[in-house]
Amino acid sequence: MSNKVKEKKTLAERIKPYKRYLPLYLMMLPALLYLFINNYLPMSGLVLAFEKYNVQDGIWGSKFVGLKNFKFLLKSNELPILFRNTLGYNLCFIIINIIFGVALAILITEIGNLAFRKFAQSSILFPFVVSIVIVSYMVRAFLDPEAGMLNHLLVSIGHQKISWYDTEKFWPFILIFVNTWKSVGYGCILYISTILGIDSSLYESASLDGATKFQKIRYITLPFLKPTIITVALLSIGRIFNSDFGLFFQVPQNSGLISDVTQTIDTFVYKALITQSNIGMSAAASFFQSVMGLIMILIFNTITRKFSEENALF
Amino acid sequence: MVKSKQDKHFEIAAYIILSIVMLVIFFPFLLLFMSSITEENSLLINGYSIFPKEISFAAYSYIWESRETILRAYITTICVTAVGTVINVLITAMVAYPLSLDKLPGKKIFSFLILFVMLFNGGMVPTYMIYTTVLHIKDTYFALLVPNLLFSAFNAIIVKTYLKGNIPEALYESARIDGASEFKIFTNIVLPLGKSIFVTIGIFSGLAYWNDWMNGLYYVSDSSKYSIQQLLNVMVKNIQYLTQFGRSSGTGQIPSISLRMAIAFVAMLPVLILYPFLQKYFEEGITLGAVKG
Repeated sequence: MSNKVKEKKTLAERIKPYKRYLPLYLMMLPALLYLFINNYLPMSGLVLAFEKYNVQDGIWGSKFVGLKNFKFLLKSNELPILFRNTLGYNLCFIIINIIFGVALAILITEIGNLAFRKFAQSSILFPFVVSIVIVSYMVRAFLDPEAGMLNHLLVSIGHQKISWYDTEKFWPFILIFVNTWKSVGYGCILYISTILGIDSSLYESASLDGATKFQKIRYITLPFLKPTIITVALLSIGRIFNSDFGLFFQVPQNSGLISDVTQTIDTFVYKALITQSNIGMSAAASFFQSVMGLIMILIFNTITRKFSEENALF
Repeated sequence: MVKSKQDKHFEIAAYIILSIVMLVIFFPFLLLFMSSITEENSLLINGYSIFPKEISFAAYSYIWESRETILRAYITTICVTAVGTVINVLITAMVAYPLSLDKLPGKKIFSFLILFVMLFNGGMVPTYMIYTTVLHIKDTYFALLVPNLLFSAFNAIIVKTYLKGNIPEALYESARIDGASEFKIFTNIVLPLGKSIFVTIGIFSGLAYWNDWMNGLYYVSDSSKYSIQQLLNVMVKNIQYLTQFGRSSGTGQIPSISLRMAIAFVAMLPVLILYPFLQKYFEEGITLGAVKG
């Protein structure tokens, strides 16, 4: 008995020092609550991929059907195309954004006139802050079959009109162009800040030794940029299974005839879920994407950590 | 240092190439704006062009006349952006401050809970199903406010790192000795000293809300709750959408082709106006995000 009292006392004593932290825990509560609602609850909804969902039984009570949804997904024959497009486009985007981003960063830092330099730098980032819906309107201004600028140009030089939104072969280029236009500025800003951090005396002594401009870029600038480039590449490859839904959904304007070259995992999941109400199949595709995302991030974070610790996610 | 001849040539080349690049960047914006002020018939004949044959502000006056739809969407977007951004910054700051303290018991667990959502997520389908069938968010203003945008784990970690590196813990300690409560420390030390990082994440959050169309696409079908981006999204498919609400008197034709571009321009206007002032925060945020994820 006395033992128990003693234990209680120590328990109270044990809690006491934590009491001063109570306000801190309370402060953290809203964010944690939000993560519970927005992130952890949906994780429990991953079971949908293994169920035949019906409204009455709900997310956690519907009938378990094993891998049936996945089999259905495999049979739909869309998987190879989804894979090719999601991974293929992302890979192109990563490579092209790095090449153009680095080239533009080198050019911008060469500019002597500070006002021009600042202006160029902020111009290149500007498309990044514009909504993809508005970008799709701009693309439409070029490609609209009736009023589009390109078709009117084609007609004026005696060419026939092209129905851009129905012709597959143009779309890889259009999507790559739009993506570069919109997002090259992001990486460019990072490369510029790295280049500005390089000790200028390195360039000066290289000049004294008679190094040409291209030699200086090759042997000073690029080696200094390498860690930043690799970090950007690794972070992007870690997300290679996630396509930019806005780009692939808004810009091609859902045109069916070109879906073979514009459909990615994300647009497929959206269509299966909303327009076809095929919850099982879309949940299976979405499940697959989440798991692949986790695997990729774990792999590439390990690589990043080996390579430059401060840039690793954890 | 005197520039060599080669350096000068290179610089000239840089000026030329960058000028061309900027032309490519700005041309679509110019085309969008010029098309919006082109007379409708001239658009039908000549197509979208940066040199309008005949200028007309009919599209803009139509926007004004059908303000019930467009202005409403505009106001909805402004309100959602304002409320969302304030809440976002506040709850990010409130979770980042305790995590920036070295000796908070259980810190590892909380940090892990935040980190984990950056590695793994339920994906679109479970998220959609939870929000619609469990939380019944469909066609409420919460649908525009809550999903995905109210708090970012990534931002929390950036802010935590910033606070840890920029505010010495001794400052909190001496405030505690003076009898200040944790909330007082938060409002009187953390918020003012961390101002620059809060402004930065606030701007990113505000932009995300202003540009958001996905929450509308998934969760809102009631047209009275459309955001401006969603209105644009609906209009791509159906320009006639506006005619149901606009000019009821039926006078004159709707300048539908220029109207598209006019609404897009109006939706972009706040970003266009604010960008020069906020641009340095965007650059700062991007560099911060890369240094510590």
